[in-house]
Amino acid sequence: MSLKRIVGRLVFLVLVIWAASTITFFIPRLSPRNPIRERFAELARIGGFSPQDLEAIVASYNTKFGLDKPLWQQYFDYVSSVARFDLGVSLNKYPKTVIDLIMESLPWTIVLLFVTTILSFVLGNLLGAIAAWPRAPGWLRSLATPFVLLMGVPPVLMGVLLLFFIGFRLKLLPLGSAYSTGMVPDWSSLSFILNVAKHQILPALSLILGSVGGWVLSMRGMGVTIQGEDYVLFAEHKGLSGFVIFKDYYLRNALLPQVTGLALALGTVVTSNIVVESLFGLPGLGRVLSQAIQANDFLVIYGIVLFITIAVATLMVVVELLYPLLDPRIRQE
Amino acid sequence: MGPILEVRDLQVSYYTDAGRATALAGASFSLNAGEKLGLVGESGSGKSTMALAMMRMIKPPGRIEAGQVIVDGVNLRELSEAQMLQARLNKIAYIPQGAMNSLNPVTRIEAQMADAIRAHDKQTTKKEIAARCRQALESVDLKPQVAKMYAHELSGGMKQRVCIAISILLKPKVIICDEPTSALDVVTQRQVMETIDRVKDQIGAAVILIGHDMGLMAQFVDKVAVMYAGRLMEVSTVREMFTDPKHPYAKALINSLPRLDNKGVFQGIPGLAPSLLRLPPGCPFNPRCSQAMDICRAVIPPSVTLEGGRTVACHLYADKV
Repeated sequence: MSLKRIVGRLVFLVLVIWAASTITFFIPRLSPRNPIRERFAELARIGGFSPQDLEAIVASYNTKFGLDKPLWQQYFDYVSSVARFDLGVSLNKYPKTVIDLIMESLPWTIVLLFVTTILSFVLGNLLGAIAAWPRAPGWLRSLATPFVLLMGVPPVLMGVLLLFFIGFRLKLLPLGSAYSTGMVPDWSSLSFILNVAKHQILPALSLILGSVGGWVLSMRGMGVTIQGEDYVLFAEHKGLSGFVIFKDYYLRNALLPQVTGLALALGTVVTSNIVVESLFGLPGLGRVLSQAIQANDFLVIYGIVLFITIAVATLMVVVELLYPLLDPRIRQE
Repeated sequence: MGPILEVRDLQVSYYTDAGRATALAGASFSLNAGEKLGLVGESGSGKSTMALAMMRMIKPPGRIEAGQVIVDGVNLRELSEAQMLQARLNKIAYIPQGAMNSLNPVTRIEAQMADAIRAHDKQTTKKEIAARCRQALESVDLKPQVAKMYAHELSGGMKQRVCIAISILLKPKVIICDEPTSALDVVTQRQVMETIDRVKDQIGAAVILIGHDMGLMAQFVDKVAVMYAGRLMEVSTVREMFTDPKHPYAKALINSLPRLDNKGVFQGIPGLAPSLLRLPPGCPFNPRCSQAMDICRAVIPPSVTLEGGRTVACHLYADKV
């Protein structure tokens, strides 16, 4: 891995982030809605102040946030403040800053997203590899089938079904929210952590059950190709045990394209998380984003989209830099 | 001292949807230590099937129906699965046809040599393994640095030699080379053949060389076995085979080779090889044989041993025993 290549990748990373944030800057602004006016109109409706003051208040906030300037100038202000890691404030939840909103909700999303994606990756690839391995016993090979069948069920529907049967009918697990009402968040107390974990089981299951099947299918396809490779046959002629051949010759090679898939999956799960978080009432990034979109709170939208872009693009670069460690053929270029 | 390898009446069938195809119909031959046998025949004549059957690597729908493969006094067909795993590479080794792709692309050569040693000898220390790898690479004319390399960093000839080095790691008694020189240029072919020759002498193994290249066979083997439709038609020394082939098919095969003194005239063998699913009654070669007799169309000729120990499966020689 040459330094030149790493630098090139990093420059590319910055370009991707810039392009994505530019596009997301203009799209919400195409809407005529003004989140500040909407918020104060709502307040006026429930009787805070007389409507004729509304325009004056909105105008003063517009000046405060720089929304009265021409769009191109706002764009440059935005880019320069982002470059200083300042994402601004929420227009809807002022004076909360966007960074605060992200940081409060991020742990919920990261934990759920990371755990479920890794679990379904490991489970799906293992089951898929076994399903394609002719020497594995039949019952073991057929373990993958139910997951393939579940693949068609979207995570939301899966979530509803799980909530209904396991949460509502059997009353085995809580029906939603991040932790039991009345509990004080305290990450040093074991009972709180266990309570949170219990609340995460159903959302996690609804994400995992549907995504394992995809890994199973792609891995089984790879596996069928790899097991016919000459190096697998030669490994058998060498008198190696089935386990060694499975692990070092078969799985190791079949897994290579799957790792790229993992990076892609980590990027897309954020979006499927929006629905699951709303369904289960989890205070994660996805829910904050969907609320911001509903209120056209564009500074929050910018912040979260920018954050997701940075996360996905960084993951891609990390995978690309790690890939040569997995596949020596890529090392020399 | 008896032969190091004895194959007796080895039979393999593939059970296909269209019926049972007998890919190897009772092959018998024997080899002494240090002897080289060339196995020739058209595609589908059962050469690779024979090699795989000797390794006990025939996979379903194929089945070894009968016969014995005796290596160094041990009948491989009587071993348990676990014992057979141990026998591979230890008693009988196979150098694959596609050496180009026979090495794991993602691990170093040394790892692929080490796992082979460890599979047969769990007690070996890392130091011993490294020493044995170095020694094996040396005997195929490769530098010790190759151990640290990956397959994609090696040339075709080097990969083939690494495969040879792996197959001699445990000093097997029999080495089967399945078309070891296909896809190599002629210079590399010669180097690879010389390497095989040399390691064979070092460890005193018998070598079976599978291939189409009669010229290469003429230069390197001691005995030639001609296969046709799953049968050994003739097994004789290389000199006898090229100067005085006995079986009509072997004769036709030798006559079909291009010669320096007879430029431009090739004598092919009329007709096509039969499908294994619809073999003609009697000798499988009878429809294409210029010397076919009535008995050839009715009775499968048994293998007879002529003077000098050569064996021929043909009715022409049935009464000359």
